[in-house]
Amino acid sequence: MLALLLAHLVAAVGAPALVRAFGRWALSLLALVPGAAVVWSLASTGPVTGAAVRTEVVSWVPALGLDLAFAMGSLQWVMVLVVAGIGATVLVYSAWYFADDETRLPAFAGHFVAFAGAMLGLVLADNLLLLYVFWELTTVFSYLLIGHDPTRRASRVAALQALVVTTFGGLAMLVGILVTGAQAGTFRIRELLAHPPSGPAVTVAVVLMLLGAMSKSAIVPFHFWLPAAMAAPTPVSTYLHAASMVKAGVYLVALLGPGFSQVPGWHGLLLTLGLSTMLLGGWRALRQFDLKLLLAYGTVSQLGFLLVVVAVGTRAAALAGLAMLAAHALFKATLFMVVGIVDRRTGTRDLRKLSGVGRSAPVLAGTALVAGASMAGIPPLAGFVAKESALGALFDVAGEGDGSGIAGPAGWLIVVGVVLGSALTVAYTSRFLWGAFAVKATVSRSRVAPAPVGFLAAPVLFAGSSVVLGFLGHAETAVLMPYAEGFRAGGSPSELTLWHGFGPALALSAVSLGLGLLLSWQHGAVTALQCAVIWRRSAEHAYVRLIHLLDRAAVEVTGLTQRGSVSTYLGVILVVVVLFPGSAMVAAAVDGSPRVIPWDNVGQVVVAAIVVIAAVLTVRSRRRLKAVVLVGVTGYGTAMLFLLHGAPDLALTQVLVETVTLVVFVLVLRRLPEYFSDRPLTRGRYWRMAIGALVAATVSGVMVLATGARTAAPVSTGFPREAVSFGGGRNIVNVTLVDIRAWDTMGEIAVLVAAATGVASLVFLRTRVSTISRIQDIVALPTGRRPGHGRPVWLAGGRALTPEHRSIIFEVVTRLVFYPIVVFSLYLLFSGHNNPGGGFAAGLVTGLALMVRYLAGGRYELDEAAPVDAGALMGVGLCVAAGSGLVPLAFGGAVLQSAVVDLHLPVLGTVHLVTSLFFDVGVYLLVVGLVLDLLRSLGSGIDRHLARESAGRVAETGETA
Amino acid sequence: MTASLSLIIVAAALVGCGIYLILERSLSRVLVGVLMLGNGVNVLFLLSSGPAGRAPIVGRADPADMSDPLPQALVLTAIVIALGTTAFVLAMAYRSWQLTGHDDVQDDVEDRAIRRRALSDESSEGYELSGDEGTDEQEIPEEGRSRR
Repeated sequence: MLALLLAHLVAAVGAPALVRAFGRWALSLLALVPGAAVVWSLASTGPVTGAAVRTEVVSWVPALGLDLAFAMGSLQWVMVLVVAGIGATVLVYSAWYFADDETRLPAFAGHFVAFAGAMLGLVLADNLLLLYVFWELTTVFSYLLIGHDPTRRASRVAALQALVVTTFGGLAMLVGILVTGAQAGTFRIRELLAHPPSGPAVTVAVVLMLLGAMSKSAIVPFHFWLPAAMAAPTPVSTYLHAASMVKAGVYLVALLGPGFSQVPGWHGLLLTLGLSTMLLGGWRALRQFDLKLLLAYGTVSQLGFLLVVVAVGTRAAALAGLAMLAAHALFKATLFMVVGIVDRRTGTRDLRKLSGVGRSAPVLAGTALVAGASMAGIPPLAGFVAKESALGALFDVAGEGDGSGIAGPAGWLIVVGVVLGSALTVAYTSRFLWGAFAVKATVSRSRVAPAPVGFLAAPVLFAGSSVVLGFLGHAETAVLMPYAEGFRAGGSPSELTLWHGFGPALALSAVSLGLGLLLSWQHGAVTALQCAVIWRRSAEHAYVRLIHLLDRAAVEVTGLTQRGSVSTYLGVILVVVVLFPGSAMVAAAVDGSPRVIPWDNVGQVVVAAIVVIAAVLTVRSRRRLKAVVLVGVTGYGTAMLFLLHGAPDLALTQVLVETVTLVVFVLVLRRLPEYFSDRPLTRGRYWRMAIGALVAATVSGVMVLATGARTAAPVSTGFPREAVSFGGGRNIVNVTLVDIRAWDTMGEIAVLVAAATGVASLVFLRTRVSTISRIQDIVALPTGRRPGHGRPVWLAGGRALTPEHRSIIFEVVTRLVFYPIVVFSLYLLFSGHNNPGGGFAAGLVTGLALMVRYLAGGRYELDEAAPVDAGALMGVGLCVAAGSGLVPLAFGGAVLQSAVVDLHLPVLGTVHLVTSLFFDVGVYLLVVGLVLDLLRSLGSGIDRHLARESAGRVAETGETA
Repeated sequence: MTASLSLIIVAAALVGCGIYLILERSLSRVLVGVLMLGNGVNVLFLLSSGPAGRAPIVGRADPADMSDPLPQALVLTAIVIALGTTAFVLAMAYRSWQLTGHDDVQDDVEDRAIRRRALSDESSEGYELSGDEGTDEQEIPEEGRSRR
């Protein structure tokens, strides 16, 4: 069975290519795939008749109880024949139906075969979850098939409507499935039916599953999507909306029936809604002018009927239900295909415009007549056999109950309803046949193009099958009996046959036939009645109203919540921080007050005062530079607090970062306006103050409580010992960075690369690589000399600056301190494992040295100092760090593991080498690259923008002068 | 563990001022706010790591007197990341100044359009797709227009 499904999958994937290569005739080739399923199913007829069940199980997700379990009993046998048989035939019919210039045929072929596969999977699945997967797949493919022509609004709307309605039902069904599975402890369908669970939860679950079934089978109040889906091409309507997909709901009810038909609500829900659907569909079919819509409402009506028969739950009814299902598939597919041919040959399917088609196309008319007769329940056709058995079964139920529990008034109501529904069926069948084929005096004769034999083959085949099946009652009974035996036997023997003898069933058949003929004879009166009781408040209007409300609600909610202002979003987030963690904090503070000491040491108080004052002044400053300098003060103050706390590494890094930040800020601020943009003092300001104060109180309060609540020993208690024995270093913070938590550092340096790349892209826009311009590339210096001539200078790049921008003292000092700073940074790098320092600090120090060169000598000087691409440097750094982390793998260690090597070198003596040093070297290179990149983009890059602008301004003034 | 009141006050001041600034529109003020907020949170890390102590370097102090090294490693990471953030936001402010002449963060145009629809009780732009016409009495689509 899995092989068949895989064949469908392969065919669906290959179908578009096949159609592109061979045109529409490839569809006939594709029909072989569902055809194979038919052959396989027919080959299993013997075992199925003997009540054997073919199964196949492949484990998929055992933890979820989800396995690829398939089973075929007699119910599945019928469904496979219907699904695959009609699928194959409709594919052949499609090859004739579509025109050569149909551009969407490749997609159609793929979707159609995929749908057939999904449908096959649905009927074969022996696991409720698997069934649900296929169920939703059919929904998706039917959406694609209905929306075959996305340029037409009607087809888009219909596709979406079908999707929304059936997915809604599908989701309800999923909940039902999950509850049922949880109650029963298994999702295997055959196990569930053997030992059905019970209880209120199961009742609710079953009702939810039935919701899914009813939405799929277009039962009131979900019926409206089916007529709308007629926007699809006729082959799609034939297959999905007449023969196969809409039967999925009926199939589900039939499948669950043996185990759950006595669950409360089952009969009430299915019989009431099924009967209403049968009557409503029949009634509305009687007022359609479009032949396809007439058949669509007819299908709605028949689906209601099928559901009633299948849901009753007696052996005779089950047997009749399956026979009806097969008969319906045959005659409804025939009729849809006939409509397709009429449409193609005459150019319309409006019955007010058709006249005399029957005379021009007698074979077509004969085919339709046979299928129509089967639909109306006229002997000796399959439809008659099934309907008469159904009427007989319902009569028994009403009279004796037959174990269904619906004897008496309810039972009789069903009988009356079904007879009325059948009468309507007869009436709309005659309306269809008359409308499509009769000669109408008031309408001019339709011109009918001759149909090729192949086009007619499929409907003729099915009409013939309707006749043959009518005579095969005995064999049909035998093969369907294993399913029907799942229900209790009734009073009278159950058998499908042409001649049940004179009895109530035959009488009911005759009554409905007579009543139906009366209705079509008196069609004038019927029309008048139709006009009198037109319902304005239909289910479809309710759906449209609901969707409209949903849309409006979405707009209102979006309008309310998506203000589009970043500060509003932040405000909401912060208010939530205050409300929830804040109230938790207050509650905890009431329970027990934490231990608070005024200070750790007196220095803290002094620094704290400075920082607080600087913070307040920052907020109040209107000048950009002032704000930046003041925030720098808070940063340096924080560094002091780190030092006082006993964290020299932090203090060092903070000071360095603060300095680099200040310089970078100033580099950008030279382009921005001096003052922040003026904003009117609004109420918003007080809101911001309030939020700031409350968040500050919340955050610090929570942290104090958290500190007070610590009872366990810190994780880092063991760090001093581990740092020395495993990390080979005495500076615990550095060992933590390069060894114990080296993965963190790895992620962090990757973030730095991303940030630097972002900066460079924002400044250079087109390329990430900035050009390196050496001093000898300049043709003319501001002094008029060529580079390389004249006296030696302190800084080579300085000569590119105009004299008023140069400071000789700064240049001299820079020349003198640059190399000492670099040497110092290398010291920090190599000693960082045992003393304060490390890759970050060292990289920042080297970066500062480069910064000094840039500030003293301009952008040419920077390129003289570091004639390398910043991105390349960062890349090398990242590679070194990652590479040194991977090396231990080669020696059987873990990623980022350190090793200690003692080398005895001639001059230096014994060198104590820890391999994590290479990781730190990578960090160092990367940080140097980062600072260099910032200088290139925010320094040199903005310099170039400035130079270009002033050059442009000079050119402009030159022109005007 | 005990908490130092001075550190609490510093952290609260930095966080409060930072929050006030990040609720502004000017990107450079927001950035200043982020920096302050970051410093405040780093101080909170110190606060929660326990009392002050000697530098966590083996051999220079008794492990019992050392300050906790783990939060320090975390804060060090945060400090360096803050540098990357600063540079990136500054570049954004510069770009914004190049394009618009200021560095104010603007409201989203699409969001404003939706708000207008909400105020005038209109449907969404995509509503057309879900459809509002009946199918019962509709025109018969002439599907078979292209004849062979």
